[in-house]
Amino acid sequence: MQGIPTTLPFCPDSVIVYNQTPMAIDKPYLDIPGTTVFDAAQARRGYWLNQFCMSLMQADNRERFLGNERSYLDEWDMTAAQKQSVLDRDMNAMIALGGNIYFLAKIGATDGKSFQQMAGSMTGMSEDEYRAMMIGGGRSIDGNRDVGEAS
Amino acid sequence: MSARITASVFTSHVPAIGAALDQGKTEEPYWQPLFAGYEPSQEWMRDNIPDAIVLVFNDHATAFSLDMIPTFAIGTASSYAVADEGWGPRPVPEVQGHPDLAAHIAHSVIQQDFDLTIVNRMAVDHGLTVPLSLMFGQPDAWPCPIIPVAVNVVQYPVPSGQRCLDLGKAIRNAIESYDESLDVQVWGTGGMSHQLQGPRAGLINADFDAAFLDTLIFDPECLAAMPHVEYLREAGSESIELVMWLIARGAMGDLAGRPAPSVEHRFYHVPASNTAVGHLILTEPDLENP
Repeated sequence: MQGIPTTLPFCPDSVIVYNQTPMAIDKPYLDIPGTTVFDAAQARRGYWLNQFCMSLMQADNRERFLGNERSYLDEWDMTAAQKQSVLDRDMNAMIALGGNIYFLAKIGATDGKSFQQMAGSMTGMSEDEYRAMMIGGGRSIDGNRDVGEAS
Repeated sequence: MSARITASVFTSHVPAIGAALDQGKTEEPYWQPLFAGYEPSQEWMRDNIPDAIVLVFNDHATAFSLDMIPTFAIGTASSYAVADEGWGPRPVPEVQGHPDLAAHIAHSVIQQDFDLTIVNRMAVDHGLTVPLSLMFGQPDAWPCPIIPVAVNVVQYPVPSGQRCLDLGKAIRNAIESYDESLDVQVWGTGGMSHQLQGPRAGLINADFDAAFLDTLIFDPECLAAMPHVEYLREAGSESIELVMWLIARGAMGDLAGRPAPSVEHRFYHVPASNTAVGHLILTEPDLENP
């Protein structure tokens, strides 16, 4: 059938050509440096990690998590790597494993950290350096548009 | 008589702004310039309190977890609780809804081919309450009812700029077909440039933001065609929230053959925490001669 003109049984006037090519999803954002876009694939990967984060919106869960982090994490269907990234508070690892910043922010809130402290922790800069960069107008776009430009 | 749109308001909704207000830090040198930029807005607001506000915002993993992710949702409840986002709820008044107008908008907009999710119970987070605080200050009760319109900008892909602009037009049609004499404002919130994740966190692109504001005012149809990747690349992964501004812009009359809006106020400031703050008030000219 592929590539051969044929008619549709219900619509004999229509001549169609099957031209099935694999429908790859266009992801033009993959070359943005230092950036993980939370798309459907990342959301699947991080489903339980993010749902664990949601549970921290309740005060008694926050308390239970801080009381024994390992045993609280073991209640969730997360991978060992995801659990370890939470124990380490390694936000870049959590993002790579499917976490989304708005969900992960619940961990930061549980630890009493601000969004600025959380975001800064992913940049390799100290808290003071990051804060000073923001007061100075933020990170420049120049050199940060795509991986080629950044390297 | 029918309802009409009188103005649109655009503002960032950074959570740290809410925290600064709630903790009495507005006079600190870090925050003072930002709040000064909203003083003319509060003054204008006092003279122009509408009968209802359609407030376009995004939920930040508060009411919607990964269990359900509606692309467009409208609140038709009579009230909305202020959410505990992990730091405890903000000490701000509960948000009152406008169930009749909201139900009318839902009905009309769905019939205009927008598949809205209808929400009757939703806690609202900083995305909705910070704009209210910026425009109204710290009253004991918010001065008018709010109709929340929540847009998914958390899980990619988010709705396109064109889809958002068109939703704004549909909301305008809905409001103008409501059979009661009401003045309604439509607010678009979120942005401007910011990135909250990864080694590129802290990105700010003031040139992009200025161009965005100019184009939003003068050529929103052109702006609506800008692809998502342009926001992500040029203005940071979380700047994609800016597509929500196109919903409020789409509701203005010039896109329905009326005169161009007037710029009542424009303000831009860097930083608030990780984010560039942008703000705009557009009013409908010549309201008395429709």
